[in-house]
Amino acid sequence: MTAQPLLEVQDLTVEFTTRRGIVKAVQHVNISVAKGETLAIVGESGSGKSVTSYAVMRILDRAGKIAEGSVMFSGIDVKAATEDQMRDLRGREVSMIFQNPRAALNPIRKVGDQIEDVLRTHVQQAQVADHGEKAIEALEQVKIARPRERYHAYPFELSGGMCQRVVIALALACNPQLLIADEPTTGLDVTTQKAVMDLIVELTKRRAMSTILITHDLGLAAAYCDRVVVMEKGRVVETATAADIFANPQHPYTKKLMRATPRLGVSLRDLLPEEESRAVMAGLDPAIHQTSQDLSRSMDPRVEPGGDETSKPLLLVDKLVKEYPRQGATAVLGKLFGRKPPVEPDVFRAVDGISFAIGHGESVGLVGESGCGKSTTSMMVMRLLDQTSGLIQFDGEDIGSIAPAAFARLPQRSRIQMVFQDPTDSLNPRFTAARAIADPIMQLGDVRGRDALRARCEELATMVGLPHNLLDRFPHQLSGGQKARVGIARAIALHPKLVILDEPTAALDVSVQAVVLNLLQDLKARLGMSYLFVSHDLNVVRLLCDRVIVMRTGRIVEEGSSEQVLGDPKDDYTKELLTAIPHPPLPTH
Amino acid sequence: MSSVAPAVEPVGPARTSGLVAVLEQTRYVLSENKVTGFAFALLLIIVFAALFGPYVVPYDPLASDTAAALKPPSAAHWFGTDQLGRDIFSRVIVATRLDFFIAIASVALVFLMGGLAGIAAGYFGGWTDRVVGRIADTIMAFPLFVLAMGIVAALGNTVQNIILATAIVNFPLYARVARAEANVRRNAGFVQAARLSGNGEFRILLVHILPNIMPIMIVQMSLTMGYAILNAAGLSFIGLGVRPPTAEWGIMVAEGAGFMVSGEWWIALFPGLALMIAVFCFNLLGDGLRDIVDPQRRT
Repeated sequence: MTAQPLLEVQDLTVEFTTRRGIVKAVQHVNISVAKGETLAIVGESGSGKSVTSYAVMRILDRAGKIAEGSVMFSGIDVKAATEDQMRDLRGREVSMIFQNPRAALNPIRKVGDQIEDVLRTHVQQAQVADHGEKAIEALEQVKIARPRERYHAYPFELSGGMCQRVVIALALACNPQLLIADEPTTGLDVTTQKAVMDLIVELTKRRAMSTILITHDLGLAAAYCDRVVVMEKGRVVETATAADIFANPQHPYTKKLMRATPRLGVSLRDLLPEEESRAVMAGLDPAIHQTSQDLSRSMDPRVEPGGDETSKPLLLVDKLVKEYPRQGATAVLGKLFGRKPPVEPDVFRAVDGISFAIGHGESVGLVGESGCGKSTTSMMVMRLLDQTSGLIQFDGEDIGSIAPAAFARLPQRSRIQMVFQDPTDSLNPRFTAARAIADPIMQLGDVRGRDALRARCEELATMVGLPHNLLDRFPHQLSGGQKARVGIARAIALHPKLVILDEPTAALDVSVQAVVLNLLQDLKARLGMSYLFVSHDLNVVRLLCDRVIVMRTGRIVEEGSSEQVLGDPKDDYTKELLTAIPHPPLPTH
Repeated sequence: MSSVAPAVEPVGPARTSGLVAVLEQTRYVLSENKVTGFAFALLLIIVFAALFGPYVVPYDPLASDTAAALKPPSAAHWFGTDQLGRDIFSRVIVATRLDFFIAIASVALVFLMGGLAGIAAGYFGGWTDRVVGRIADTIMAFPLFVLAMGIVAALGNTVQNIILATAIVNFPLYARVARAEANVRRNAGFVQAARLSGNGEFRILLVHILPNIMPIMIVQMSLTMGYAILNAAGLSFIGLGVRPPTAEWGIMVAEGAGFMVSGEWWIALFPGLALMIAVFCFNLLGDGLRDIVDPQRRT
């Protein structure tokens, strides 16, 4: 059996025809998957890992084609197969799980019907009456509670994790031999990620299926896969068993990737490659150089400029509440037909009476899974959203009583700034980088005149490590890391005292994330800012924050220093979060 | 510090901004899409006729010469002459300026009214949205050409009122497109960021949101240009618009219509052809324009 692999990709080259000529997205890639094996393809964005799997399924865009090499799937030449043969292969022999489960499901059809469709298309011999039962069985297998009810649910009625389970049920409905999972858990919470991954591995092992897991997360690959293929810029740079690759990485890129992955027992500086770690230092002016050399000092919140102010916190939040009216179908119908309003006002408490403080120069992590109210909290502190009740005090002033619309033009606006989650979405597509950075200065700053403004932008660009020649580019001409830098430069342009970081690295590759996190740490030390770091990633929070607040369903469940909360959690929920993180084995060097 | 991995640096020219980029993009779109290139050529001819028409035509468009009345096309009169002996070629060319002006003015006016009202409706929501929405619904409740007739009949038979009427009947189209486009962007990250930068709501609307929905608005404007020309000509055709003896395609078709039965086909045909080509040109232009003005859809 081992002599004949299930999938054999040999010397595969995929080309895309674009305006700028032919782009080779994948070059001379060799991958083989044995029966029952779980293989991980790991790489950062643009490494060609998804394109490789699309080529295997032959679902490339019109512009793309397999230029060289061969793809053999259990004796069938995928490159030469007719479209009819391929259609038969997809779904029944090879199936795929996509990144965004909601986009993969048809939003206006019941999930049960969608599973039945697959059964009907691919299983000829089964009786028509069977399909409904089979679909319910499929839902049962992916551990969806009350499958008989869920059969009739629409995708929007299910959570992200539930949707992904339905997609898995769809993919496995016809007992395929090979499952390709393309970033199946990106965008899911860490506890959901664990549940989904456990499920995939359990189901595929039980059916002796082969799996290709495409991911950017080395930890995930290590925890769930037998073998790991590392790709960089369209080429395979290393292939080894999971244990080997972590114990003894051969290729420099693999080493760099492993170094950049946040994990236990390392500091922020350790994430950078050794030579670049030094380059970071050299690139900064002597003043920062000095500060960054003693980072442990700046990690301590008490040793900060303006020591006498530290007795009073910079930000004080007390019993903050945000309620939203529940606008269910029944409430709307009741209104329409003049029915009695429900006895109790039906409200949803997104934030349920939380209190915390942030000191001068301190960085506090606000951690929780999606829907826990962490973003709502940051929006209220930011004065982009009005709270229902509660006190927000900033620098001794009550800013909670100022309406968001009025706050925009007050001088306090410049003291609280934010770095957004999605660097692409947060930059105006019609503004150049320089214009984006200059925007807050033009509105609230004191720099006037074209040349002075340009000089200030260049100064800020230097501070965040953005080459000056990129300042005249539009966002779509910048990479993710560069866009993140523009967003950071814009946030610090007005010398804020508090910067809210809303998952600033969630959309970035790990190596870029490492650099951006270091940059944020340097800037904090240099400019004496406080951070409120909103994130779901405990590993990242641990690196950057002095204190951590864990939120769940609008309440704070645990609060304390990073070492205490993450090293010795008291609350069960925190423990659950921590155990759900897949840890790559520590490199031995 | 060059700490971003070199792999993520986008390849491409270091600086492709401003006019150079637009020209480069235009050249690319025209070379890739022959139909758009053709539409642009037509547009150039129309613009040339509108700007310089009166100076290059062989005859005075208003001068009658009864001796040469109702002559079929010939070397002296390319498109023939009408019942008063006026040269139809000269009249068709000279009329371009008036028809083109009416179309541009009405499209500009409806962009200001409908576009801005729509953006405000989409961005602010609430009662602004409701008011704008109901105005659009009210206008849509009438057959549009009948509404335009009514407006011109009530306000008086002038060029300004034709422009106003054409703008009003197009209002719902602009308001709806602008509303939808502004609505999806009202909570985009860059709008939040603009709030943090201290931009007021109106500034966000005009400086941040408007430029982002311009591409789709420009396409809309190009498509309604054709409609505006037809509308103006239609109003003139039924006698509610520009008055004779002014050279205008609609009137010329109306005047020529009576002569069709007696065999003088050229009087109505050539102004009608000019009308058709103009409308055709603006409709073709719409798609090509979108590719040029929207950098995001560049591939």
